[in-house]
Amino acid sequence: MYDVAIVGGGVTGAFCARFLMRYKVSVVILEASDDVAAGASAANSGIVHAGFDAASGTLKAAFNLRGNRMMQRVCAELGVKYLENGSIVAACGADEERMLADLLARGEKNGVEGLRLLSEEEAHATEPALADGVTGALFAPSGGIVCPYGLTIAAVGNAMDNGAELLCGFTLTAAERSGEDWRLFSEDGRSVMARVVVNCAGAGAERVARVFGDDSFRIGARKGEYILLDRTAGSLVTHTVFPVPSAAGKGVLVSPTVDGNLIVGPTSVEEETPDVSLRREAFAEIAEKAAHIVEGIAFGEMITSFAGVRSYCDRHDFIVGWSRVAGVYLAAGIESPGLTSAPAIGVYIADMVAEKLAAERNEAYSPIRRKPPVFREMTDAERAEMIARDPAYGRIVCRCEQVTLGEILSALRTQPPAHTLDGVKLRTRAGMGRCQGGFCQPAVFNLLMREYGYRAEEVTKKGGRSYVITGGEL
Amino acid sequence: MRKQLVVIGGGPAGLAAAVAAYDAGVRDLVVLERESEAGGILKQCVHNGFGLTRFRESMTGPEYARRFLDEARARRIGILTNTFVTRLTPEKRVSYVNEKGAFCCEADAVILAMGCRERSKGALNIAGTRPAGLFSAGTAQKYVNIYGHLPGKRVVILGSGDIGLIMARRMTLEGAKVECVCEIMPYSGGLGRNIAQCLDDFGIPLLLEHTIVSVEGRERVEAVVIARVDEKRQPIAGTERRVECDTVLFSVGLIPENELTKGAGIALDGQTKGCLVDDGRETEIEGVFACGNVLHVHDLVDFVSEEAEIAGRSAAEYLLHGARAKRYLPVLAGENVSYIVPQRLDADGQTPVQLYFRVKSALRGAVISVEAGDFRKSVKRIAVAPGEMERVTVVPSQLSGAAALRVSVFREE
Repeated sequence: MYDVAIVGGGVTGAFCARFLMRYKVSVVILEASDDVAAGASAANSGIVHAGFDAASGTLKAAFNLRGNRMMQRVCAELGVKYLENGSIVAACGADEERMLADLLARGEKNGVEGLRLLSEEEAHATEPALADGVTGALFAPSGGIVCPYGLTIAAVGNAMDNGAELLCGFTLTAAERSGEDWRLFSEDGRSVMARVVVNCAGAGAERVARVFGDDSFRIGARKGEYILLDRTAGSLVTHTVFPVPSAAGKGVLVSPTVDGNLIVGPTSVEEETPDVSLRREAFAEIAEKAAHIVEGIAFGEMITSFAGVRSYCDRHDFIVGWSRVAGVYLAAGIESPGLTSAPAIGVYIADMVAEKLAAERNEAYSPIRRKPPVFREMTDAERAEMIARDPAYGRIVCRCEQVTLGEILSALRTQPPAHTLDGVKLRTRAGMGRCQGGFCQPAVFNLLMREYGYRAEEVTKKGGRSYVITGGEL
Repeated sequence: MRKQLVVIGGGPAGLAAAVAAYDAGVRDLVVLERESEAGGILKQCVHNGFGLTRFRESMTGPEYARRFLDEARARRIGILTNTFVTRLTPEKRVSYVNEKGAFCCEADAVILAMGCRERSKGALNIAGTRPAGLFSAGTAQKYVNIYGHLPGKRVVILGSGDIGLIMARRMTLEGAKVECVCEIMPYSGGLGRNIAQCLDDFGIPLLLEHTIVSVEGRERVEAVVIARVDEKRQPIAGTERRVECDTVLFSVGLIPENELTKGAGIALDGQTKGCLVDDGRETEIEGVFACGNVLHVHDLVDFVSEEAEIAGRSAAEYLLHGARAKRYLPVLAGENVSYIVPQRLDADGQTPVQLYFRVKSALRGAVISVEAGDFRKSVKRIAVAPGEMERVTVVPSQLSGAAALRVSVFREE
């Protein structure tokens, strides 16, 4: 019996769990996939939005601003890289410039600090890679970037270090009332009991709500396609550069990532059923749209392309708080700026649930998650010291990203542990570089076999039936 | 630590370079190898055909590597394995790590022999999903030949580079069905003998001017859509065909691994993606030499060994006799030549120099033409193809007065 079951191990569920651990409550995270950050939390732009975009007076606007203000501290506590690199909205021509003035007014109303309109000259001086056609810009110094899956993994890990549990492969298919409590059933027959349920199921939030008999909202899915370029192309821009937003969303942005790559995207494609396949026309569309705002993107340095499914809600705002079903809370419809808002939503839900449960403060709670050592970020002296302590940090496994055996073993042994090739990749960057795992994948594969006693045909890329080896043993 | 010579990489290039430098008199040298055993990618190339040109015998990759490893061991040349070089400076300081710690070695000369990597599937504009079952051909080769795991049972291969061709045969022999090899160009990038022995002999279709446009399958590959391409290499609408498979191998090019080189500020050739070198394989930085696939991607390891020995001997000469002022003669890629190595010659060189180059397009009946000032030389070839490296020999001192040397390849009249 748990006090709280959180459905969904994405960034929202992660922060609900993490902040719930500030109270004396037992928490379980139920994640349908075989790892956390499996949905939109892994495939998004990684932008910490300043907060000028959301309509004033909405939950989105409120949580965005609060989340933005929390992010630096949260990242410091969780050992996650965060960079307040500033955002620029680039306008091309008088019509778009007028929209900048609207954004500025909205942002100021939302409480965003430091917003400033830039003239054509100022804009190009601030961000030299802006395209020639850019005639003005809105500058938001509080915009930032963060690694979205790194943040999710760290928040879950911190929650687990404080006592939360994680059940992966738990696809919620049924829920039964048991007095005041809920019994939750997984597709595979497992069940857990909880006093309170928090629905943080992202794209699956509508389906999960229906399990509890709540059909009060609709979640749609929009596909966003991205191109990721090598570090050699990463220094093209220092700020996150957006086009002027439209009805379809914030548009195709160009941004450095905290790891030094360049990300370009997303497209915005309406689809009936969530699908993470890239369309053939995506490449040309992304390049064409990005060229309006930034010049000289080295698309020849592409190291991968991918699609994410972003949920959106028919209410066009977040749904955060009580649901119509007793004992079930909602953090649903968390579309952009969901990543930025996650810490603020987490605090809000945690405080609300704790009040309902009359839970006491947990004095033993530690907000600190010790950052696992990262070889590529160390000086030679730090490396020598680390290797002296643990020789596994002197063995490079992933040459492109310089990831050591020590880091991979740590990813297998630190909460939440990686069980798949992609799990190791998201935690360590092994396989995320220019060769895309060509050299290190068999080594990581062997480490998974050794660590978990898997047979070769049991190792997966990303859980489920994503088996790496299907031809058998020779 | 100080060393006269540091060789970065213990594959066929690094081993041959170290042995040659030793034989030319260098005694204070070390080879730094990132893997647990020297030998490089040859370790996983269990097929034969290595050494035909150099030794007139057919060896497997491990046998070929062993021959050079034995030579290095006989000379007691130090090879540090599981040792990864993290940085090279223009002053020839080599930083490296292994399980014993993080070290810096001051070298008088450095030979770059880091090899190459496969161009990844991520660099291609392929639509669809990103499931399990997508492998670089060399990665699949490692699973099969080193670890004994067969990646899948129904295979489509994109790209007809040599590793892809070899893996078509290898997976067929292990019981997989290779549906086809798609090659976006009108010709294969691989060796003619590999097309004959790895595809034709097994009835595997080679679809020229075809590519994979998308991948299907959520968790594991279920199918790919292939299509014919036009002369701009763009898929032609209406020619799409779905091919069911559980595995896709990518053999779409090799890229010299020059991250350390770039870090040292050494200029690269836009075509080879390797350093600019002279006939002694010396780079723009005095005392830094390069050879093997880090310099340019070779078709045969036999030529890697030959080139590495040149670099090894040059490094020894530099170390034992000091730097020599050189007058350079630029070497230019002319008509139908995609690249040429070395990119410049010591104009006063007395000994014959082999120029290695690749043609841009396949020709039956070709003439290789060398022009340098008044000097003219032409050599006939029955056929040339981009997948096979060509060579031509010149003696630099015989080109007196020329401002540049240009190699072109024409169709034979």
